Amino acid sequence: MCRLALKTADTPFSPYEVLSAMEAMQEGYDGSGLGLLLRGIRFDDFNYKGDLPILSGIAHSEAALQRLNGFMEERGYELKYDHEFDMTPGLIEAEDREKYIVRVYKEPTGVDKSEEATEDRYMKLRLALRENGEEHGGDLTVFSFWPQVVIIKEVGWPLQVGDALGLNDGRIKARVVMAQGRQNTNYGINLYACHPFFIQGISTMTNGENTAFIPIREWLTGKQIPGYVGYQSDSEVFTHILHYVTKKLKLPLEAYKHVITPLKTEELDVHPQGEFLKGLRTVCRRLIIDGPNAVIGTLPDETCLLTMDHKKLRPATVGGKPGVWAMASEICGVDAMIPDRDRSLDFQPMREHTVIIPPDRKEMVIWSQFDQFTLPQAA
Amino acid sequence: MVSVRSVYTTPSSLTYHDLPWIIRHREDRCTLCGRCTSVCPVQAIYLTYRRQRVPKLDILKKKRGNEYRTFVGIRQKTTIENKCIGCGMCAMVCPNEAIGPEPNSNEDRSLFHMHQNGEAWKRGGRRNLPGRTILDRIVFNRISMLTDPALDAGRHEFSTNTILGRVLSPEEFLRRKAAGEWIPPTREIFPFVIGSMSFGALSPNMWLGLLQGVAYCNEVLGIPVVMATGEGGCPPWVLKSPFLKYIILQIASGYFGWDEIIRAIPEMQCDPAAIEIKYGQGAKPGDGGLLMWFKVSKLIARLRGVPEGVDLPSPPVHQTLYSIEESVMKMIQTMSMAFGFRVPVYPKISGSTSAKSVLNNLVRNPYASALLIDGVDGGTGAAYNVSMDATGHPIASNLRECYLDLVAQGRQNEIPLFAAGGIGKNGNVTQNGMALIMLGASGVHIGKYIMQAAAGCLGNEMGRCNVCNVGICPKGITSQNEKLFRRLDPDDVAQRVADTFMAIRTEMKKIMAPLGRSQTLPIGMSDALGIDDAAAAERLKIKYVC
Repeated sequence: MCRLALKTADTPFSPYEVLSAMEAMQEGYDGSGLGLLLRGIRFDDFNYKGDLPILSGIAHSEAALQRLNGFMEERGYELKYDHEFDMTPGLIEAEDREKYIVRVYKEPTGVDKSEEATEDRYMKLRLALRENGEEHGGDLTVFSFWPQVVIIKEVGWPLQVGDALGLNDGRIKARVVMAQGRQNTNYGINLYACHPFFIQGISTMTNGENTAFIPIREWLTGKQIPGYVGYQSDSEVFTHILHYVTKKLKLPLEAYKHVITPLKTEELDVHPQGEFLKGLRTVCRRLIIDGPNAVIGTLPDETCLLTMDHKKLRPATVGGKPGVWAMASEICGVDAMIPDRDRSLDFQPMREHTVIIPPDRKEMVIWSQFDQFTLPQAA
Repeated sequence: MVSVRSVYTTPSSLTYHDLPWIIRHREDRCTLCGRCTSVCPVQAIYLTYRRQRVPKLDILKKKRGNEYRTFVGIRQKTTIENKCIGCGMCAMVCPNEAIGPEPNSNEDRSLFHMHQNGEAWKRGGRRNLPGRTILDRIVFNRISMLTDPALDAGRHEFSTNTILGRVLSPEEFLRRKAAGEWIPPTREIFPFVIGSMSFGALSPNMWLGLLQGVAYCNEVLGIPVVMATGEGGCPPWVLKSPFLKYIILQIASGYFGWDEIIRAIPEMQCDPAAIEIKYGQGAKPGDGGLLMWFKVSKLIARLRGVPEGVDLPSPPVHQTLYSIEESVMKMIQTMSMAFGFRVPVYPKISGSTSAKSVLNNLVRNPYASALLIDGVDGGTGAAYNVSMDATGHPIASNLRECYLDLVAQGRQNEIPLFAAGGIGKNGNVTQNGMALIMLGASGVHIGKYIMQAAAGCLGNEMGRCNVCNVGICPKGITSQNEKLFRRLDPDDVAQRVADTFMAIRTEMKKIMAPLGRSQTLPIGMSDALGIDDAAAAERLKIKYVC
């Protein structure tokens, strides 16, 4: 079963702390892989200004690396920083890992700097590189191209992957770290199938299985929205639905829960926004997830969220204190990340809850689906 | 002795061995009560005097001889109009199990003589093709074994309902909501709908029983079942009752019954569930409705606004319309407007290779609420045998094709597809229906199955009974003759309707639970389907399993 861990703190910390939490949750877990997302990056040897995009991925051959260099130069992207991991050879099972890419680029001058155009450009560049890799037998894997975000995905035991990349040396730190410890076992093993998934700054990871995957994938694909591709894993749709709800429909974060696990008709009949929510449920019917899941996500502004499936068939706990919070699929994971918290204030969300840690990290917001939320359309 | 040459035979003279059903009668058990002969809907059997030779041997006189005794026996008529239809009512009423029809294992010679007086053979029922259907062969095989705790069909909560009505894209919904514009009406209904069977085709007791059962399902069991009327209107007391919300009113090419409906609008307490515009029917594509004169009773004549005792053939097409595009423009909009844009209006068409074009027209029309496709195995109260047996398109591939077409356009949530035609043909109603739902249907319509399950219809696909058209239904389901329909107690029908839908709901959960689905109906979940036929698997784009 997947194990999930997230830590968010005002002060950047080493991702190795989160890997230790993964180790604490090792019982009943196959340790077949690691997906790691770092947000709010601080490099030890580079004064990173937060607005430059970072490219994360893997070049599987020298040729791919050269092609990547050419690709970026051709488009006028200037390499500002190229992070070299302090590798320990022999700890990674896979052999075709020419280079783990974490590179900071400066965009060419003269591009449209508006928010929407920039976000689109970042995503299209990522997709183009991904396609480029796929055209060349998959020799280039690209996880993200986004400011403040680094993604690492690898097959193997999470802590061992961390050791192999020397993640405990403090050269990369982040304010938010998401870790997931399993390669997709439902479908073929593929680095793209590993959580957390990422699109335009939005990322989620999930434990469990989404049994409504195929109809959701068909619907999302049918929307023909750039970036709604991949789907090597049934959990990727959770990320795209979050993206669709917040970016495309421009609904508040609370609406995500109402889309993926809407309330029953009898419950909506007495809900203050019931009529609107019934309509939303109908029009977004194809996005209703099914199956036992805990969804942990982060947004570009470092908001973190945790929400459950409709029957609360998966565990998940949030705990912490002002300034530092942790979410994990098992309570021992939270213990490992923040041992010195008041455990009596831990919260295990039930089926109706979305737990949100706002960017200020002062408190956790527990929002229930039965509560009203601010929404002009529902007024 | 009679010379063989002088025996008179006509080209249509048959013996009972030539008929599809042979009456087996046991003289030794028969008490000559006469119930069988009086119940037989086609007068296939009659009491007759017979002479029997009793061999006599007088041993003392060393003489052999015969004696003859006369007895009253039961015999089978061999004329085409009286040939046994195999309904078995004789067996049902016989107190001594002395009589009953048996299928003739030899060929059926009567088939060559069904067009007496130049009348092509008309009958009720559905395509006479027995055996497992493609739907029967589909298995649900994506069982969640890996990461899931299995759902418990008995204890967990399942959402088994579907949506009938036009669904907007989320973007358009939010825009219209913000602007305060019209949102098309939708209904949350149970995905197994009682398909259109008209008040006219069905007896008043059957209709009442169905309606009572549907109301019970909705109001007591919490299963939002709806039923469609078929062409021919609806009794005024129903139109003005709160039960109208469980009824889909059909308008078809004969427009029978619509005067009453339109006049009742101001007095309606609630809106109907939907309006179904019939353009075609799976059992008889290219043919309109047909209510034969036998069934046009005083009540039916009044409801339909016609004289008593005349054939009521509806034209094959809506006479005022040139094409379905025009129809969508005019009829769907008119009907929507008549009900204040509060009622979903959708067309029903026959399964056809042209279904996709119809669908694509509907997709572009903002008022079209759904599309119902009726496949070749659909039933009917009356049609030409050739239409039933040989015309039409099987529902599975037709539905799948249409669904995948919507998927390619990203519109699969906007126009719900409903499927009909042969669902539950062999009794596997939930399995058949769920297979279609996972192939992409939002729901299914069942007619014949309901008649069989809720009222004990005796018809089958081996030519049994199939006389719904002439109003002699031995169970009183499709007759307007009071002597026949009083055999059917509406309360019993209602009870069976409730039994049926309770069981379907439980079986749906038993299918959904192992697939890990409980939150929504698994519409289009084709990854859960497998079939033991490679060609069918390829056509339906599901997995071949063996």
